[in-house]
Amino acid sequence: MLFFSYFKELVGKEVTVELKNDLAIRGTLHSVDQYLNIKLENTRVVDQDKYPHMLSVRNCFIRGSVVRYVQLPPDGVDIDILHDATRREARGA
Amino acid sequence: MATGPGLESLVDQTISVITNDGRNIVGVLKGFDQATNIILDESHERVYSTKEGVQQLVLGLYIIRGDNISVVGELDEELDSSLDLSKLRAHPLKPVIH
Repeated sequence: MLFFSYFKELVGKEVTVELKNDLAIRGTLHSVDQYLNIKLENTRVVDQDKYPHMLSVRNCFIRGSVVRYVQLPPDGVDIDILHDATRREARGA
Repeated sequence: MATGPGLESLVDQTISVITNDGRNIVGVLKGFDQATNIILDESHERVYSTKEGVQQLVLGLYIIRGDNISVVGELDEELDSSLDLSKLRAHPLKPVIH
């Protein structure tokens, strides 16, 4: 549940989601669920000339199973809190 | 889960689905479940190629299994009607490789 909780903290931040078909979508994180499905708002595809397939899409739902990377804003990560949470998770607490 | 990214808000709206094999299917969302299985009405496939503009194939009522879905996008009708699909050329999307 750590990553679910972690992504919930990032709601409202601008992220780039790279998919397993090489498509990269940038947008504001709207919500996440237990499967790490992601909903983005104000989306745009990073390379629109190469990938014009989503030109008329501004809000989208991305299935968690096709996400390769999520690029986060640097200020979206509080390393100390993440360290603590990771250790707690590892201890099974 | 109240804040989850369900598809409730998209029901009866036109959506654009990208499947794991790189296809793009546009239709009206009629239903869905937790596994992202979806029911699309009045659907058509948009076939992208570099040799000619986008071809639209009529599919009708369609059920897509969640396993096969990459992205479900809310289609902005205004933006969509401003696109000239017959002039749009692009490689088809690559399939998802897990």
